[in-house]
Amino acid sequence: MKKIGNQTIVFDAPPTVLETACIGGPKEANGPLAKYFDQVLDDEFWGEKSWEKAESKIIKETVNKVVAKSGLAQDKIGFCFAGDLLNQCISSGFGLRDLNVPYFGIFGACSTFVEGMSLAAIFAESGIADYALCATSSHFCSAEKQFRFPLELGNQRPQTSQWTITGAGATIVASSGKGPFITSITPRQNSRYGNKRCK
Amino acid sequence: MNPLDTKKNYQNYVDQKSPNSPIVKNCLNSFWVGGLICVIGQFIWEACKQNGLETEICTTIVSIILVFISAFLTALNIFNRIGKFAGAGSLIPITGFANSIVSPAMEYKSEGYVMGVGSKMFTVAGPVLVYGISASIVVGIVYAIFGFGG
Repeated sequence: MKKIGNQTIVFDAPPTVLETACIGGPKEANGPLAKYFDQVLDDEFWGEKSWEKAESKIIKETVNKVVAKSGLAQDKIGFCFAGDLLNQCISSGFGLRDLNVPYFGIFGACSTFVEGMSLAAIFAESGIADYALCATSSHFCSAEKQFRFPLELGNQRPQTSQWTITGAGATIVASSGKGPFITSITPRQNSRYGNKRCK
Repeated sequence: MNPLDTKKNYQNYVDQKSPNSPIVKNCLNSFWVGGLICVIGQFIWEACKQNGLETEICTTIVSIILVFISAFLTALNIFNRIGKFAGAGSLIPITGFANSIVSPAMEYKSEGYVMGVGSKMFTVAGPVLVYGISASIVVGIVYAIFGFGG
């Protein structure tokens, strides 16, 4: 791999996305993308006692699903990159602790998944890991609690307000395969739009 | 490309594409629900007065009862539906204040009674209390020195 321009990394032997899995929540189950989920839930708690525990279970099951679908033994996976929106990334931290794979906790908010795939691609291409796992999760209720207002608060949402997904996604990036390939990655410069420091 | 122009253009584009809130409908709902809460309060006040209580005690009882009703409805998951419908109509009276304390208490119960309920209970109402009390202190000092404005 080599760096071109200011911030782009181009891969000589592009890593590939081997397998993917995702689980969606009850609202996602009624949406136009429902048929693309491996599994949809009809209960936001999924048998757990708190939103955080439910989110942790969602990411855990999603990762189990992607590993099962790929047919790989768990010890073949070299590293995993996972993150979510909660303090100390507890959903992924607790959700992936039984996986026995070296774990990098990452935080990129909306970009966590792409961030994980970028790092996994670098790891795969460098020869450190043949297979690297990336996962991320969010839960509407835990995200509202973390960043906005309690659910029981009687406030109004604008019609265009965003709705954090309840669900998780996971993928295994392999050093070689049939594709789709990750040919290059470009992280954005962490500078404010319109700021003088932005080139 | 001028960055400021682009930002403005983008905002215009978003405003154009996003549906507007039904302001007239929202205001009407807010008005009649807020009015209804005040009427209920007045009703309680009159009832207390009929029973021979003093004016100040009547006012306190109205607050206590409205706060209780709001907290109770919050716990039953009903108040947030009223709030969605009425907006400021249910949020500005004392009912909204009760809701803003009870709802975090419920939400953070999963983090324990001390670090959860105890410390997070005032996340929504806290700023109102801090600046409300601060403002009243300033007004109180002005009143004490100059004898007006209070």
